[in-house]
Amino acid sequence: MSKTTQETESQNPNPNIILFLCRWCSGKGADLAGTSRLQYPPNVLPIMVNCSSRIDPQHVVEAFLEGADGVLITGCNFGDCHYKTGNYKTFRRMSILSKLLKQVGVSPKRFRLTWISATEAAKFAKTVTAMVDELKKLPPYKINGKGGEEL
Amino acid sequence: MKVGVYLCECGSNIAGTVDLEKVAESVKDLPNVEVSRIYKYKCSEPGQELIKEDIDEFNLDRIVVAACSPRMHEPTFRTVLEDKGLNPYLLEMVNIREQCSWVHKDVEKGTEKAAALVKGAVLKSAAIKPLGRKKVGVTSKALVIGGGIAGIQAALDIANTGYEVVLVEKDSTIGGKMAQLDKTFPTLDCSACILSPKMVEVSRHPNITLLANSEVTEVDGFIGNFKVKIRRNPRYVIEDKCTLCDDCVPVCPVIVHHEFNEKLAPRRAIYISYPQAIPASYIIDPKTCLGIEPLVCSKCKDVCEPEAIDFDMQPEIMEEEFGAIVVATGFDTYPIENLGEYGYGSIHDVVSGLEFERLISAGGPTEGVIRRPSDGKVPKTIVFIHCAGSRDPAKHLPHCSRICCMYSTKHALMFKQLDPDALAINFYIDIRTGGKDYEEFYQRAAEEENVMFIRGKVSELIQDVDKILVRGVNTLTAESVELHADLVVLATGMVPSEGTKEISKILKLSTDIIGFVREAHPKLKPVETAITGVFVAGTASGPRDIPDTVSQAGRAAVKACNILAQKELEVEATIAQVDELLCRGCGFCVESCPYGAIELKAIDRYGHSYEIASVNEAVCKGCGSCAAACLNGAINHLGYTDSQILNLIQALSEG
Repeated sequence: MSKTTQETESQNPNPNIILFLCRWCSGKGADLAGTSRLQYPPNVLPIMVNCSSRIDPQHVVEAFLEGADGVLITGCNFGDCHYKTGNYKTFRRMSILSKLLKQVGVSPKRFRLTWISATEAAKFAKTVTAMVDELKKLPPYKINGKGGEEL
Repeated sequence: MKVGVYLCECGSNIAGTVDLEKVAESVKDLPNVEVSRIYKYKCSEPGQELIKEDIDEFNLDRIVVAACSPRMHEPTFRTVLEDKGLNPYLLEMVNIREQCSWVHKDVEKGTEKAAALVKGAVLKSAAIKPLGRKKVGVTSKALVIGGGIAGIQAALDIANTGYEVVLVEKDSTIGGKMAQLDKTFPTLDCSACILSPKMVEVSRHPNITLLANSEVTEVDGFIGNFKVKIRRNPRYVIEDKCTLCDDCVPVCPVIVHHEFNEKLAPRRAIYISYPQAIPASYIIDPKTCLGIEPLVCSKCKDVCEPEAIDFDMQPEIMEEEFGAIVVATGFDTYPIENLGEYGYGSIHDVVSGLEFERLISAGGPTEGVIRRPSDGKVPKTIVFIHCAGSRDPAKHLPHCSRICCMYSTKHALMFKQLDPDALAINFYIDIRTGGKDYEEFYQRAAEEENVMFIRGKVSELIQDVDKILVRGVNTLTAESVELHADLVVLATGMVPSEGTKEISKILKLSTDIIGFVREAHPKLKPVETAITGVFVAGTASGPRDIPDTVSQAGRAAVKACNILAQKELEVEATIAQVDELLCRGCGFCVESCPYGAIELKAIDRYGHSYEIASVNEAVCKGCGSCAAACLNGAINHLGYTDSQILNLIQALSEG
């Protein structure tokens, strides 16, 4: 019985999140979550790049256009970037992008940027779990006039 | 284009949560997929053979392996491709273990995720291209930072292998903390006797350049080719001319605390840390000397016969290239000032372990007679408090420093040997004697030398006339303990030294919460760091004793020599590439590059001169920031091109 109540509560039981990992910190953090056997929902699909600064805002937009329900970008903590200042650039680029996304009606809950060090496996699992939980409460993201809460 | 897809069961590690049959079924109909196979251990020799056979049989030119993290076996499978004459970058690895099977218990959903990831990799593989592996030369010279026992050993080991070493030490002399010790446990070897021959060897070794009183200020470059700036702080005494006659010291009017003696003794502004110091030369402390800007005193210069003193020395910046770096910047003891609860600062006769070491040292301020700091009396009862500021995550350090049980036992034993009638009382939480002959040493102290051990913590220290009232508890008998001590020694643990913290920032090494340098792998790569070509030895990466430090230094030296022995090294192939036709010369990429690897160069296009971006391949590290900055899509990040990433996004986003 409890299952049915849960289902009515969540508008989207299976959100689909694109997760960007950097090779040095957050990617290692995600691997450590595996080695430590921490559990998190399987709704995140990882894409690894060398540095979070490789992620073009266009990639995020593309993910939403292709039907992702959310995008989570992760990188090294400030000061830890393997490429000196990559994460600062990511921060600046993605801050502007998040404003734009909001303006065109994408809920800010769907787009997140967070810093995870190679040892912060627990933070990684927690961040992913929290984002999946949030997105379960939102309807599936649809674009091109097919409904959804945003457009 | 023909793709082969290989799914690894990894025993039950992957197969336990992911239904690989289903995944294999789902990839069958994807474009270009020629063959898909499941195997128990893909990384094993037969597993690799399978791929090789398929490459021959099906003429495969793209390989997708879904297995563990690429950090584990990407190099393994790249070699498989290379063996078959394929470009190693035509491999695409999917992590379905660390980021799928190990973190999800639901078989159905885990399988779905794995299938999606493999599909993504297959679609991405359509866009991957062979990449050339670039080679760069190696500077066969090593830099060792820190001149304690770890740095000394590493420098000697590298130099004896036949490579040049530059040893940089911040202090005026090498020797580090070990030079401050009187004896070493468990053999009670005289520390200076075993250390100073090594120090002399460093100073005489033809392959070692010793730069004392110097600091590394900037490090650039990468494995095989580090560009390092070293600041040589002025010594104000010309090393070669100084004859160690000591004429300058008595005339110096400035008297300050002597750091080497843990501030228990004075020194002059011109001094030598200790008689065996290397380089064997006096030094002027510019902070306190009255001769350096403005020159109001030149007494030492006046008496110096060899004319070794030069007040006009200036800091020098040296720039050198190195192939490998060993970080051996060591530890500091936990600041005893933080231990107000044990009366430090308010009770004179509470000293730290290192202070006690100087008090008991034959070369120390009291010449080996233990005297109390307050009145100079020889104590009859000494209380040693173990774990002072250690194993106390709420207020102090969370960790165990591994050496304090042993050095407190050593102190107590040495004190008893000086005065068998005296009382040496240890308060401990646990006695940890994890080292060769350590337990025997502790047993000997407790049983033969009558050193007392009380299991329990000290709760309070109170000054009681000229004695210290020690209140504590014996947790074995559940009785409270009250006794009077003449001297209390706090066994403080290890924290990373300031130098360790600074150098981690300069080299961008990752550190743990306390600030110790983190190893690349805590068990299997104990001296490697997150930066390839940079190694760490000794207490810079965590508390350890002298034997462990020395063996680590040896390993770090071997690892450094592994690099120095190579004529050239392969560097990152996943670098930025400019499409000259698309580039409009805006220079956004130039600004975004953290390494200055991109510059605008003029080219001739149809008779007109245009400025376009150009990448210096040896300098580019492949972060891809420029590719994201380029508005025209004119810069691509090889290995992570827009088309590859977009293919992946497309495959993964379809819910």
